[in-house]
Amino acid sequence: MKLNLQIDPIACTGHGLCADLLPELIELDEWGYPIIGGAVPPDLAAHARRAVNACPALALRLVRTPDQLAARHALAASETRGG
Amino acid sequence: MSHAHARDEYRRDQYRGDQYRGDQDRGDKDRGDQDPDDRDPDDRRRRTGAGVTPRLTMDWQRADRAATLREHSARFGPLRANAARRGNRDLLDQIAAAGLTGRGGASFPTAKKMRAVAAGRGPAVVVANGMESEPASEKDQALLARAPHLVLDGISVAATAVGAAEAHLCLSRTRGWLVDSVLAAIAEREQAGADRIGVAVHELPHHYVSSEETALVHWLNGGEAKPTSTPPRPFERGVGKRPTLVDNVETLAHVALIARYGAAWFREAGTGGGAGTMLTTVAGAVSRPGVYEVEAGTSVGDVLELAGLRERSEAVLIGGYFGTWHDLEVIADLPFTAAGLRPAGGSPGAGVLFALPAGTCGLAEAARIMRYLASQGAQQCGPCIFGLPAIADDLAQLAAGRPEGDPLSRMQRRFGVISGRGACRHPDGAVRMAASAIRTFGADAHAHARRRPCLAAHRGRQQTALLPVPRPFAEGDWR
Repeated sequence: MKLNLQIDPIACTGHGLCADLLPELIELDEWGYPIIGGAVPPDLAAHARRAVNACPALALRLVRTPDQLAARHALAASETRGG
Repeated sequence: MSHAHARDEYRRDQYRGDQYRGDQDRGDKDRGDQDPDDRDPDDRRRRTGAGVTPRLTMDWQRADRAATLREHSARFGPLRANAARRGNRDLLDQIAAAGLTGRGGASFPTAKKMRAVAAGRGPAVVVANGMESEPASEKDQALLARAPHLVLDGISVAATAVGAAEAHLCLSRTRGWLVDSVLAAIAEREQAGADRIGVAVHELPHHYVSSEETALVHWLNGGEAKPTSTPPRPFERGVGKRPTLVDNVETLAHVALIARYGAAWFREAGTGGGAGTMLTTVAGAVSRPGVYEVEAGTSVGDVLELAGLRERSEAVLIGGYFGTWHDLEVIADLPFTAAGLRPAGGSPGAGVLFALPAGTCGLAEAARIMRYLASQGAQQCGPCIFGLPAIADDLAQLAAGRPEGDPLSRMQRRFGVISGRGACRHPDGAVRMAASAIRTFGADAHAHARRRPCLAAHRGRQQTALLPVPRPFAEGDWR
């Protein structure tokens, strides 16, 4: 079980609060949109939750990814343009 | 590679061969005099000869219109009456054994996707993707225009295989002639009582990203034809929240033949690790541009030869505008399949091959494509809204030999941060194309960056505009 941050890129409008609250894991690109740097370690979980709650666009999510979902994600990842 | 700076023997009007009607003619934005998309492509000639394996394209060269249901049945035999009764398991096994992969761009195993849909809860939905928004591709339009009943058979078989009670066919709103032709074919089938379920034809707004599968689903659900955030993917929850199979029309046409003749027959064609046949659209420095059906796994060089490759081409764009540029020498012997091209970092995509004519500037072509792709986003995700135009600017400065600062290192940095951060793969595809241009035309890129552009780039846009860039579809019309 891993704790991961996910951004809904459509909802995100680049406020940048998340990078202020969680600079350990989130940096902003040159246009102010967040880039996430990997899974959330346990000691940052509380900070991550705070960043999620602070997002004005409700675009940041904290998700647990259990292993049995791996196959589904592999299928989804390999589909793009209605192959 | 270094492109020749010699005088260019290539003439643009040779590219607009008579096989290229439809979108190709629309490529020249400056010639806004007519809408060729609304013309019937009567004079698209199809060829046979060494290397061509006519299955889907059987008898195309003898017809200048869509095959009627009667002609279709005579050509391929009836869709086995018991195919429906044999049940979905047998059909899925046959499609899996055939090794059919998606022909829309992703090359995903078709049976695997169908099984995921069939395993979903409740009745499923089938969506046939005939949007063909890739400007360099003609194959889906050609297939629907000549052999609509193969696609419609495929929809019917796929619906049986996944347990669907509802089927849709999505076409571009800019191609009225194609919609009329397909509707006539559907009317024939209704009269003959050929199908268990009807097929609803839809005309969607024509944007590059509108053919993405989540965009089709979103539109069919009453929204705009823009990609949506995933998960859920359509196979989990799609049209009407039901498990939804979205397949390219060529993929479905192959399904129709596998249902008739079986997996072993399908695999009788195919070489170099490929299975069956595939439709390709070949253009550029070839004497006979057009749509060719070849055995899957045919080498890139052999496909180009089929279309009459001119000797003096050194680079090729494979896959389409989401594709990649390569040195022809490096890639000529590789099979034109996902597995075959993977070592070179390429993919067959929608089956497009464009040979860059000698004496033309690959960077200029890449810059034009990039500008087009940047304009074709759904304007939903920051990295795409801001990142793609920024890269398009960098590439344009480079192509023109008028760099501001260091566009090469700016681009390398931007390539690294933009991919994978959109809701759909639009930014990823655009970045892949731009990055491959910098790799393939590396020597030129460095010369251009030192303000020494090639002669081709100097001669201006008209001379170097070879790949079609469609006129933008009515701005803001996504519904």
